Amino acid sequence: MADNPPFSGPFAPSDADLSRCVHCGLCLESCPTYTETGLETESPRGRLYLIKAIAEERIEATPTVVGHLDLCLQCRNCEAVCPSGVPYGRIMEGARAELLANRPPLAWRLRALFLREVIARPRRMAAFATLLRLYRASGLRWLAERAPFLRERVILAPTISGPTFRARGVLARPRGEARGRVALLIGCIMPHAYGRVHEATVRVLARNGFEVVAPPHQACCGALNAHNGDRPTARALARRNIDAFLDAGVDAVVVNSAGCGSAMKEYGELLADDPDYAEKAKRFAGMVKDVTELLAELPLEAPTGRVEADVTFQDPCHLAHAQRITGAPRELLAAIPGLRLVEMAQPDRCCGSAGIYSLAHREMSLDLLDGKMREIAATGAEVIATANPGCMAQIEAGLRRHRRPGRVVHVVELLDEAYR
Amino acid sequence: MPNSSLIRDLSRVVGRRWVLHEPEDLLVYEYDATIERGLPEAVVLPYNANQVSQVVRIARRHNAPVTARGAGTGLSGGAIPCDGGIVIVTSRMNRILEVDAGNRIAVVEPGVINQDITDAVAPHGLYFAPDPSSQKVCTIGGNVAENAGGPHCLRYGTTTNHVLGLEIVTPEGDLVWLGGKTADPPGYDLTGLVVGSEGTICIVTKVIVRLMDCPQSTVTLLAIFDEVDQASHAVSAIIGQGIVPAALEMMDRNTMRAVEEAVQAGYPPDAGAVLLIEVDGLEEETREQADSVRAVCEELGARELRIGFSAEDRERLWAGRKGALGALGRLAPSYYILDGVVPRSKLPAVLRGVYEACDSFGFQVANVFHAGDGNLHPNVMFDERVPGATQRVLDLGEVIMRLCVEAGGTITGEHGVGYEKRNYMSWIFSEDDLEVMAGVKLAFGATDLFNPGKIFPSSKGCGEVSSRMKAAIAKVGPDAYV
Repeated sequence: MADNPPFSGPFAPSDADLSRCVHCGLCLESCPTYTETGLETESPRGRLYLIKAIAEERIEATPTVVGHLDLCLQCRNCEAVCPSGVPYGRIMEGARAELLANRPPLAWRLRALFLREVIARPRRMAAFATLLRLYRASGLRWLAERAPFLRERVILAPTISGPTFRARGVLARPRGEARGRVALLIGCIMPHAYGRVHEATVRVLARNGFEVVAPPHQACCGALNAHNGDRPTARALARRNIDAFLDAGVDAVVVNSAGCGSAMKEYGELLADDPDYAEKAKRFAGMVKDVTELLAELPLEAPTGRVEADVTFQDPCHLAHAQRITGAPRELLAAIPGLRLVEMAQPDRCCGSAGIYSLAHREMSLDLLDGKMREIAATGAEVIATANPGCMAQIEAGLRRHRRPGRVVHVVELLDEAYR
Repeated sequence: MPNSSLIRDLSRVVGRRWVLHEPEDLLVYEYDATIERGLPEAVVLPYNANQVSQVVRIARRHNAPVTARGAGTGLSGGAIPCDGGIVIVTSRMNRILEVDAGNRIAVVEPGVINQDITDAVAPHGLYFAPDPSSQKVCTIGGNVAENAGGPHCLRYGTTTNHVLGLEIVTPEGDLVWLGGKTADPPGYDLTGLVVGSEGTICIVTKVIVRLMDCPQSTVTLLAIFDEVDQASHAVSAIIGQGIVPAALEMMDRNTMRAVEEAVQAGYPPDAGAVLLIEVDGLEEETREQADSVRAVCEELGARELRIGFSAEDRERLWAGRKGALGALGRLAPSYYILDGVVPRSKLPAVLRGVYEACDSFGFQVANVFHAGDGNLHPNVMFDERVPGATQRVLDLGEVIMRLCVEAGGTITGEHGVGYEKRNYMSWIFSEDDLEVMAGVKLAFGATDLFNPGKIFPSSKGCGEVSSRMKAAIAKVGPDAYV
C-alpha cells in the first residue's frame, strides 16, 4: 500500500480538473481560512497547487501538507467566484479520498470510522443522540460551558433538545389544489437535533399543495463521508437513497439541509463510473430540490399571519456556493408579512460549522464563528434564519458563547409561523 | 536546503510562526498569476514596517535578495522570486490606519485590499479610483509596485495619480517617507518614481492614497457593431469629440460568444464587437455626453445602442464585461493575458494583426480591453498540458508585442514589465536609456537586493543582469550588495 504512487487510485483528481486553475488568485478573499491566516497554503489556490504537487511527486503528503488540505472548510465559496470554473469541491473530495485510502493520519481514520459506523447508522445515531440529549438535560453542558478550562473545548459540541422526528411513510396530504407528491430526506442528525424543522417543512409543503412522504428505506446522504474522504461509504449510501427515493414515485426529493441537498445533487458525479447506477444517479440528482428552492418556484400560498421580527439570514455555504441558491430563501422571507430582513455584512461567509469541522478544527471554527457573531450583532436582528442544521447549531453555540439573546431558525419555520 | 541561520535571524524578528521554510510552504510562493515560477528560500510575513526594515537588514547580511508580494495576482511575474531569497508577504499588514474624509486621503498599509479602501470610505461618499479587474483581491502594495490600472483609469489615471505619499524601507533598511499628505510637494517626485518601480528599489510599508468623490451621475452605454473596425473607429471618434469617458471598453466576437454562454448578456451572435462606454460627472454633463456618444456610435454604424441610467441597469450592461474573463476561462484549460498599448488610431490595424498572428500560431484569441487607452488585452487560449504549447504562446506574445511597438505603442499598459517582458525593454529603450534607469535604481542603493531579474533585460536566464548593468553596479563600491 505504501508503495502506491500518490493519487493513482480511482478517486484521484483528474488532470483536466487540476489544470483548470490558472492561479489568478481571484479566490483568495472568498476563502475564510486564507483571510484568517494570510497564508497561501491555507488558500484555495495554494491547496490546489499542493494537490497538484503531490500528484506530480514534487512534494510528499507529509502530516503538515495533509494538515493544510484538512484545514479547508469545503465551503466552496472559492468555487462560486472562480472565473475559470475550477471544480474545487470535487478536487478536494477526490484528494481526501486518495489520502484516506493511503496511510492516512489516525485522526482521519477515526473520523471516517465515526461517520460510517455511528452517524450513518440510524440506531447507533439514535443512541448517540440520546447521550447528547442527556448531556444537555443533566446540566452537564451548563457546567462544562462555564468551567474555565472546558468552556472553549466544549462550546461547539453538538447538543440536542426537543422531540425526535420519527414519522415515516405518508407524512401529509396536500391542502387545497394538489401540486404533486414529494419525498422528504430525513437525514442523520436532523431528525434528532431539529425534528421541529422537519415538522415545519411538512406543514409548509402540505399547505402549498404537496403530498409529502418519507420513504422508510432512505439513508443518510453521505455528504460528511464524502467531505472526509470516505467515498466508498458515500457511494453506498447514495445507492441506497437512489433506490429508496426512485421507488417512491415522487416528483421531487425535498431537502431542508443545504449540505445534504448539495451532496445529493452531486450523486450523478459520485456514481458516474458505476454502470448500474450512473444513469439512475443522474436522474435522481435532477429531482433533488432544496425546500426553499422548491417553494420559491411556486406561486406561494400567501401567509395569513404576521411575524413581527428583525431577521438576518445566514447563507449556508452549500446552499449559496455549492447549489448557487441565494435568492430563494430571501424571497420566502420577503413574502412573510411583518418580517424585516436585515442583511449582515457577509451573509455567505462560512460560520465555521462545516460538518464536523467545528470539532476537528475548533480554533479556526471559533475564529470564524466570532467574526460571524460580530456581523450578526451589528444587524441588531433578534432572529437568525438559515437553512442547514450545522449552521443552526453553530450559531446557537455562538449565541451561548457570546451570551447574546437570539433565536436561530430554519427559513421554513418562519414561513410555517406565518401560516398559522 | 534551507539556510538555517537566515531562518533563525528572521524568526527572531517576526516570530517563528511567520517565517515559512518547509518545502510545501515555499512551493506556494513560487507562482503568481503568470506562467513564470521561482522558488524562494524563505517566506516572511511581517506585521509592521519596523519588522520589514529589520528583515531587509537581515537579507543584506545574508546576501539574500528580497521580493515583496501582496496577493500574488500580478500579471508580469513581479512577485516571483527569480533569484530565490526572501519573499516578504504583506498579507498581515492590512490595516487602514487613517481615513481623513475632509482632506480626501487615507493612510493604509500595503497589504490592504484595493476594494477594502473603497468599502471603508464609501460611507463618506468617497472611493479609490484605480480599479484593476482583480480589485477584490489585489493589494494596494501590488498596485503601487505595478502602477496598476483598470477600466476607469481612462479618465482618472492609474495608481500613480492616486498616491500622495509612501513610507518605504530603503536597501539599507531605513524607514523613509516620500511625498506626504499634500499634493505636489516640492523637490523631486520620488513618490512618482517609486510607483511602478515593481519592487526593485524599495519596499513600500505605508501608502497615502487620494480619494475621490463618487460622481453625482453615471451613464453607461453599450454599442453593438457589426465589425471590429467600426468599433475601433468609434473609440477614436468619441475621444475626438472632446469627451473623456470614465471607461471605454471593447469586447470582440470571440469574447462575446463566450460571455453569452456564461451570463446571457444578450449579445447578438453575429455582432463583431461591442463598446461599453461610461460617462460620469454632474447630471447635465453626463446626459449631454451620453447623447454625443450615442450620436457618434450611430454615425459610425452601431447597429444597436443600449443605455443605462440606474445602478441596476448599468450593472446589467457591465455584467458581460465583468464576467468576460471568467467566461474565457471556460473556453480552454489555460489562457494567457497579454498587455500592450497602441495609439488609439492604430487600433483597427493592430487588432487585425493580432488575429492574423494568432491564426498563424493556431491559437484562439479573445480581445477584451481598455480601448479608450489603446490598452490591448489579447487573451490567448491554450492547453498547458500540450507539450511545447506554453513556449509557443510565449513566442506568440512576443510577436504581438512587436506589433504594438511597431505601431508606435509600448509593451505594457498596466501589468508591468516584471520578469516576463524585461527582454522587450530593449525594443523601446536604448542601452543608454536602460543604463540611466539602472543609475536611478543605484541612486537608491538598490543594486540587486530588491526583486532582481525584473524590468532590466537579460539575454540569459532568470536573474542575470547585463554586463553593462553589472559594471554600473560595480561603480557603487564595496558596500553595494551584488
